[in-house]
Amino acid sequence: MIFERDGKSTHVLNDINLEVGNGEFVCLLGPSGCGKTTLLNAMAGFLSPTSGEIKVNGEAVRKPDPRRIFVFQERGVFPWLTVEGNIGFGLSKLARAEREKRIAHYVKMVGLEGFEKAYPQELSGGMKQRLEVARALAVNPDMLLLDEPFGALDSITRLIMRGELLRIWEAERKTIVFVTHDIDEAVQLADRVVVMSARPATIRQIVNIDIAHPRDISSPRYLQLRDGIFQQIGLAHKV
Amino acid sequence: MNLLSKPRKWEQFFWPILASALLLALWHYSVIWSGTKVFPSPREVGKGIGELVRHHVLWRDIVDSLRRVAAGFGAAVLLGVPLGLTLGWYPAANQVVNPVMQVLRPISPIAWIPVAIIFFGVGDRAAMFLIFLGAFFPVVLACISGVSNVPSVFRRAGRNFGLTAPQLLAKVLLPAALPQILIGLRIALGIAWLVVVAAEMIAVDSGLGYLVIDSRNSGKRYDLVVAAILMIGVIGLVLDLAFRRLEKLHSVRWGFRFES
Repeated sequence: MIFERDGKSTHVLNDINLEVGNGEFVCLLGPSGCGKTTLLNAMAGFLSPTSGEIKVNGEAVRKPDPRRIFVFQERGVFPWLTVEGNIGFGLSKLARAEREKRIAHYVKMVGLEGFEKAYPQELSGGMKQRLEVARALAVNPDMLLLDEPFGALDSITRLIMRGELLRIWEAERKTIVFVTHDIDEAVQLADRVVVMSARPATIRQIVNIDIAHPRDISSPRYLQLRDGIFQQIGLAHKV
Repeated sequence: MNLLSKPRKWEQFFWPILASALLLALWHYSVIWSGTKVFPSPREVGKGIGELVRHHVLWRDIVDSLRRVAAGFGAAVLLGVPLGLTLGWYPAANQVVNPVMQVLRPISPIAWIPVAIIFFGVGDRAAMFLIFLGAFFPVVLACISGVSNVPSVFRRAGRNFGLTAPQLLAKVLLPAALPQILIGLRIALGIAWLVVVAAEMIAVDSGLGYLVIDSRNSGKRYDLVVAAILMIGVIGLVLDLAFRRLEKLHSVRWGFRFES
């Protein structure tokens, strides 16, 4: 993947070969600016790779599609719509009764009952992020592409949101590709962690996280896997 | 005094009324002390307003002015909003039109008066045309910048949910740009109210602007001149306050506050 901007070309992604299984939770982990988000954008169809191909169920990805919903790093909920309006945004083709049923279902799933008529500005950061996940799930996609979705949240809310996301994932079994630069986050959430190098990003290692959920984050196996990734990225494990 | 303490209820009204009263007193005594024979005192102006109301000219002039503003401003909105949205949507088209607009925009609508009279003759339509010219450019420019400032996350989210181009415009770009468009419309309405007065002084024989110039020409009635000027100010204020209420609507309120 090569970007052209202001006459300079930047080589962002190089020789990426990755296969994601159905219903799998994969984390893309790497230093900031390495191209994780670029890879995710290409998977979503917002960007076309300069060489190579991305396929979903054997079909090449050429443009965005409601079967693959991107959840944004910045808050992507629409501030002019209520909670209900946001969740129902992608459902205009459905009959009214069906749409309302779907909205109610996902309001409940992300724990926003009582806020159906609220506008995003009245919600906290964590609630907005849950709303965005609900809006994505409501169109029943095969795949969720999450771009550092909890990056802007405080650390306590972030921990709660990880638990919520896992609960939702276990209920809905969507394929999830989750971009993060937080090593702990990746090891807590993913079935597999894809460790990427600095730009031009290549895949350094794919780590299988063979711990069942809920994960004990002080168990020896967790620490072993996490420390392995710390070393792989080349960070001294001391502050 | 801290951030949470609000001014008490009586204070909200007391200080502005006191300030107005002081200003009136200053005006009153300036007229007396300077011994002017031309400029009227507040009391004479009050009488003048009463006289205008009694002779039923004031109401007719107000209605005439508002009617012209409604027509000129309405046309500016009806043509300017779709044009601005289109130009914001297609930056390439905007690059073609932009130089022409940048040249036309700083021209005072007053400069167009001779042209307006040639096109439309002395009358209502010339005045409406001038108001249209004054209001049109702020509306177009607000729409262009409103649409082009829509964060790309919103556009991408819209495309991700499978919206077609017209749907994206109606369901994402327009609502996202609406707060900025409303600000542009409010500025345009203010300009329309400025222009109507000037236009009525030259191109027509009714309205508040005509009342100002006519009161001077027919017998130097400066009490009526100042009375008309005050009415222009008050009505302009009422128009602005009425428009501001739109900014309180739920679907645009997010754009007028800082996110906490």
